[in-house]
Amino acid sequence: MEHLELFFKSIFIDNMVFATFLGMCSYLAVSKKVSTAVGLGAAVIFVLAVTVPLNWLLDQYILQEGALSWLGEEYAEYDLSFLSFIMFIATIATMVQLVEIIVEKFSPSLYNSLGIFLPLIAVNCAILGGSLFMQSREIPTLGLSLTYGIGSGIGWFLAILAIAAIREKIRYSSVPPALRGLGITFIITGLMAIGFMSFGGMLTGGDEEKKEISKVDSKIEKKELITEDAKEIVADNTNTNKQ
Amino acid sequence: MGLLSKKDAKLITDPLLDNNPITIQVLGICSALAITAELEASIVMSVSVMFVLGLGNVVISLMRNIIPSKIRIIVQLIVVATLVIIVDLVLKAFAYELSKTLSVFVGLIITNCIIMGRFEAFALGNGPWRAFLDGIGNSIGYGAILIVVGFFRELLGSGTLLGIKVLGDPIEKTGLYAIGYENNGFMLLSPMALIVVGIIIWIQRSKNTSLIEEN
Repeated sequence: MEHLELFFKSIFIDNMVFATFLGMCSYLAVSKKVSTAVGLGAAVIFVLAVTVPLNWLLDQYILQEGALSWLGEEYAEYDLSFLSFIMFIATIATMVQLVEIIVEKFSPSLYNSLGIFLPLIAVNCAILGGSLFMQSREIPTLGLSLTYGIGSGIGWFLAILAIAAIREKIRYSSVPPALRGLGITFIITGLMAIGFMSFGGMLTGGDEEKKEISKVDSKIEKKELITEDAKEIVADNTNTNKQ
Repeated sequence: MGLLSKKDAKLITDPLLDNNPITIQVLGICSALAITAELEASIVMSVSVMFVLGLGNVVISLMRNIIPSKIRIIVQLIVVATLVIIVDLVLKAFAYELSKTLSVFVGLIITNCIIMGRFEAFALGNGPWRAFLDGIGNSIGYGAILIVVGFFRELLGSGTLLGIKVLGDPIEKTGLYAIGYENNGFMLLSPMALIVVGIIIWIQRSKNTSLIEEN
C-alpha cells in the first residue's frame, strides 16, 4: 500500500515536469517527434530506476550524519552530507556510462533506440533532481526509493509523450507567428500543468483529516478529565483539613 | 568602454536580448521556473548562477588544453559540483531561510543546462578572460528573465515585492485593496511560471521578427 501510494504520488501529484519543472531542457528539445520522445522517456525511466536506489544506499551508509557508524564508533559523528552533490553527480555520470556499455553489449537493438539519448541523460536535471528529492524527502527504505525512481521516471515519460503528441498535431494549426515553436510549447505545458494539479486531491481524501481531528479532541478531553480529577482531589484535601 | 574592446563588450550584451539563454537558446529552464514565485529567491538564484558560471568558465578555460576530450563531461561536472557546494554552504551559513525555500534547486544548478552548454560551446575554445565575460553575460541574460518573472509573480500573486507590501495591506484593506483589488493566488502556482515565460517569448519575438521559428 505504501509502495502504491508513493508510486501514484510520484507519477501524478509530484510529476517531475509539471510540479517541479525538472528536465525541462530535454523535455523542450526532444519533444518534436513522438518516436524520439518515447526513446528518451524510456531511457529516463531506466536511469532513474538505477540511480535513485544507488544514491539512497550512498546517502544512507556514507553521507548522512552518523551514517559511517558501521565503520566503528569513532566515525559515528561524521557528517558528510555536504559532499552529496558531488557524490550523486559522479554516481549518475558513472552509471550512465556503465548502462551504455552494458546495453550495447547485451541488447544492440535497445542500444540503437536508446543509445543516442544516454549521454544526454547524465546532465538531465530530472535524474539529479530525483536523487536530491529522494534525499530531502527522507524516503525510508531501499524498496521505496526504487518505487520512487520508477514512478518519477514514468511521470516524466508521460509528460514528454503528451507534449510530443500535441506538438505533432499543432503543426497543422495556425499559431500566431511570434508564438510558434517555443512560445506555444511553454503555454501548452502550463495548461497541462494546471490539468495535472487536479490530481492533487487523489490521495488525501477527507478521511485522514477527520481522524486527526478526533485524535486531537480525545487528547484535549483526557487533559480536561485529568484536571477535573486533580481539582476533586484538591477539594477532598481541603475538606479533610477543615474537619 | 576603455576596459573592454568592442568584441568583448558584445560577449556581455549579446546574451541579454538577441541570444538570451532562456528565451532563445532554451537552456536552464528548470530552475528558472521553479523558484520564481518570490523576487528575492530569483535574485539569489541569479547571483548564484553568475558566480558558478563566471568562475566555472574561467576554470574550464584554463584547463581546456589538458582535459582529455573523452572524460570532459565528468571533469566539467566535478568543477560545477564543487562551485555549487560552495554556494550551498554560503547560503546555509548566511541566509538559512532562503536556502530552505530554494531547497534542492541550488543543487540543481549542477545540471543546469546553461552551465554545461556554455562550457561546451565557449569555455573549451576560448581564453579565460573572454570565457569569464561570456559567463557573466549569459548569467545576466538568465538573471534578467528570472527577475522579470519573479517580479510579476510576486507582485500579482501576493501583492508584495521583496516581502514589502507595495499594494497595501490585504487584511486591513488599505491601498489598492480598499477599492476592491484582490491578489491573484494563481500566480503563485507553478503553471503560471510557464505561461509568464511563454508571454515573454511572445513579446520578444513580436519585437524581433527574425527570431520567429517555423511551425
